[in-house]
Amino acid sequence: MATSPPASASTVGRSVPRTDGPPKVTGASRYVDDIPAMPGEIFGRTVRSPVPRGILRGVRLDPAFDWSDVTVVLAEDVPVNVVALILDDQPILATGKVNHAYEPIVLLGCADRLKLARAVQAVALDIDPLPPVLDARAALDGGEIIWGADNVIKRYLITHGCADAARERGEASEAAIDAALARCEVVVTGTYASHHQEQLYIEPQGVIAWWDEAGAHATGSIQCPFYVHKAFLKAFGLPPDRIHITQSVTGGGFGGKEEYPSIIALHAALLARKSGRPVRMIYDRTEDIEATTKRHPASCEITSGCDRDGALRALKIRILMDGGAYATLTQVVLSRGALHAAGAYRWDDVWIEAAAVATNTPPNGAFRGFGAPQTIWAIERHLDRVARELGCDPLDLKAKNVLRPGDSTATGQVLRVSVAGEECITRAIAASGYRQKRAAGPVVRGRVARGIGLSVFMHGAGFTGSGERYYKGKVALDLAPGGRLRIRTASTDIGQGTETVFRQIAADAAGLPLDRVEFAVPCTTTVPDSGPTVASRTVMVVGSIVEAAARELASRVRAEQAGQEPGAGEGDGGAAAGPPALSFEEAADRLLAREGQVTSLKQYEPPDYVRWDDEAYKGDAYPCFGWACDVVEVEVDLDTFEVTVVDFWSATDVGKAIHPVMCKGQIEGGSLQAIGWALSEEIVWQGGRIKNPRMTNYIIPTSLDAPPFHVVLVEEPFPFGPGGGAKGIGEMPMDGGAPAVAAAIEHATGIAARALPLTPERLLEAAWSAGRGERL
Amino acid sequence: MKVSLVVNGSPREVDLPPLSRLLDALRGPLGLTGTKEGCAEGECGACTVLLDGDPVNACLVAIGQCEGRRVTTVEGLACAGHLSPLQRCFVEEGGAQCGICTPGMLLSAEALLARSPDPSELEVREALAGNLCRCTGYQRIVESVRAAAALRRGGGGAAP
Repeated sequence: MATSPPASASTVGRSVPRTDGPPKVTGASRYVDDIPAMPGEIFGRTVRSPVPRGILRGVRLDPAFDWSDVTVVLAEDVPVNVVALILDDQPILATGKVNHAYEPIVLLGCADRLKLARAVQAVALDIDPLPPVLDARAALDGGEIIWGADNVIKRYLITHGCADAARERGEASEAAIDAALARCEVVVTGTYASHHQEQLYIEPQGVIAWWDEAGAHATGSIQCPFYVHKAFLKAFGLPPDRIHITQSVTGGGFGGKEEYPSIIALHAALLARKSGRPVRMIYDRTEDIEATTKRHPASCEITSGCDRDGALRALKIRILMDGGAYATLTQVVLSRGALHAAGAYRWDDVWIEAAAVATNTPPNGAFRGFGAPQTIWAIERHLDRVARELGCDPLDLKAKNVLRPGDSTATGQVLRVSVAGEECITRAIAASGYRQKRAAGPVVRGRVARGIGLSVFMHGAGFTGSGERYYKGKVALDLAPGGRLRIRTASTDIGQGTETVFRQIAADAAGLPLDRVEFAVPCTTTVPDSGPTVASRTVMVVGSIVEAAARELASRVRAEQAGQEPGAGEGDGGAAAGPPALSFEEAADRLLAREGQVTSLKQYEPPDYVRWDDEAYKGDAYPCFGWACDVVEVEVDLDTFEVTVVDFWSATDVGKAIHPVMCKGQIEGGSLQAIGWALSEEIVWQGGRIKNPRMTNYIIPTSLDAPPFHVVLVEEPFPFGPGGGAKGIGEMPMDGGAPAVAAAIEHATGIAARALPLTPERLLEAAWSAGRGERL
Repeated sequence: MKVSLVVNGSPREVDLPPLSRLLDALRGPLGLTGTKEGCAEGECGACTVLLDGDPVNACLVAIGQCEGRRVTTVEGLACAGHLSPLQRCFVEEGGAQCGICTPGMLLSAEALLARSPDPSELEVREALAGNLCRCTGYQRIVESVRAAAALRRGGGGAAP
């Protein structure tokens, strides 16, 4: 037996077969609805408000209906009627008033699915409708107050340069930025809007909940098991060790399964508590689209000033986001939007005011990019306009001003490490032939015009500011018999490959082959709280804890091999003089026999240099950023205004690609989500209700709508990242697709769209406006 | 209504109302949960199975239509415990991410390769256009299918 594997066993940077692949391709993986029925199990359903706003007078159960085998849960059955999140403003079941269409009011449970469907029809809701506020602008104006004192969920102000100095002097920062803008040679103003987007994971939301002597259990399609755990703590008042939340194999999330599963899990658990039986709640597609969270719509009003030669000087942005009826994660989404609003560029003076308001629409929430795609859409479109004003190519304007090492961002963060904006631009331009294609002008053949456009962007890697210090994410690694390692973490694999990548990181850190590392199912009873599976932090942050724990565990075994105290002979094996007397496996088993349990529990330590002021919104918003440049080539049908994306290049800086194939898969998949957001995905509203809550009429891209993707992985290592410098990649690909598509459409047709989605109808409208001489 | 059908090569019988969905028969009494439900209206393709060799959405097929017919599900693709070339390539080339669309994708791809052993990229994209994936951007899936086609032509792995 080899005592320690040779260096060639290293798997970081190699595209090993994904470890959860075989069960997924054979159908053996158990997603929540594949889990066999438990004895006595019943199904759960939700009765929801048909109106967006009103006073709930009462609930009537049809006396002619046989309710004998139907469990009914009302708000009065809920111990503490709050979905615990940031502001605790959302009830588990509505009571007294209704704040959005599809708000849950009554829960029903029954063993017979058909009868359950009839039972839903036998519930009458007595609601006096009130005039709803369905538009963020109307909410901000405050004609009707539906949330707090003024409908405003959160505000932020970010200032830099003269606006900052004015603030410090106690003067009006807005006046200071206005004065700075007035001094600029070229001033451009525009408003850029973006819309709701549905996550549309292919597996709908679902949970199975039950109670037993150990307490409350829920298993389901969940991104962040500890969010659900926290929600149960609040709602049921149970001690932490009597709540058991387990992730089942999860069919996609994209943020949609970050905070929402708390609600469906609470509902199932309430029905289970009252009925005394296990409850299975699986949403159908319509309920899933109607009731669950979506991307926040946003409007960004931008005024910028620059020199005639294109040096960017002053930037003023007003962001307004629509949070929907309850706060959910809105304040965090707004923060991320504001932090990315200045783009990947250097400005002397910045003033960014961001506000999020409540409306009587279903609550918006986490979605890949988390506020940044909305503001990056705006700043990228705006800079395209500035370039037009200056008579230069957007590429030249963006390349001239892109942040470089030593520059500082809008929050005053000096970029010290892993800065790759220029490199990404260079690589994307070379791969795509952007310059030649752009210079050749729009190519018109028959009724089809072809054009090319680009976007440049950066995305904060890991949590913002003091997030990691607050979360104190932990990972445990156990030594298992035979010299195996078992990773215990709350970071879930929802398709992105966490399980495989963590195994690679741990195997490399311990100097073991990949198949010696196991990944434990994330269950709040058995894994430490690693923080949520969000914000591009999984690989960069949690992966680095995995790495540290694996290193420590392996060194303990190697010390045992060498008969030393741990830490004394840390040379990653092989370096010690002479072969050890014991193999790694034998040493591990001896250590286990002696100590019973051998575990390394590690907590994340953010890099020392990260300094963030939450009050002033100043400092190191992120430990570092990921960088990218997307180039898109489109064809526009000049009769129908249908847009086909014919090619997509992305040069994305990932720090270090632990698994290049999965890394590219993330970038391609996220980019296609961005193309969908740009071109076809649209929630159609009517009176606060969704007109298209089906896959038939909410249109996401198919394989024929997807362009060939040409991904260039740029690796500018983050010194504190695992595996030799990995940064997060999950969110970035959502950021740049929409503005690049819009820029390419503009190149092809001259239509400079400023509102998403770029449907044929909207492009036609823009063309008409241009034809009437209206300024776009 | 009793319906006899051949599922993954084995004769099976179910007793269900004739308008029950094939999807429910598979996931329920037949115990084959590899076939997934994504939308229940024939749009997402997650429930794709082969009916006498042709890909169909199992959510749109009534069990009453299946008397005497052959159904192939994802559970029928592996041969004697060995992954088929398509399955192997989906694992190795990144074709599967969250995996929920994968069973349906595999069967649409299987039907394609049965009729076109050396498909062009466009042919692959056309064959998979009824199977929605929200994770991959399709690129890895298309590459997985083309890699599997090459593997099959080269005699690697057993075709089911």
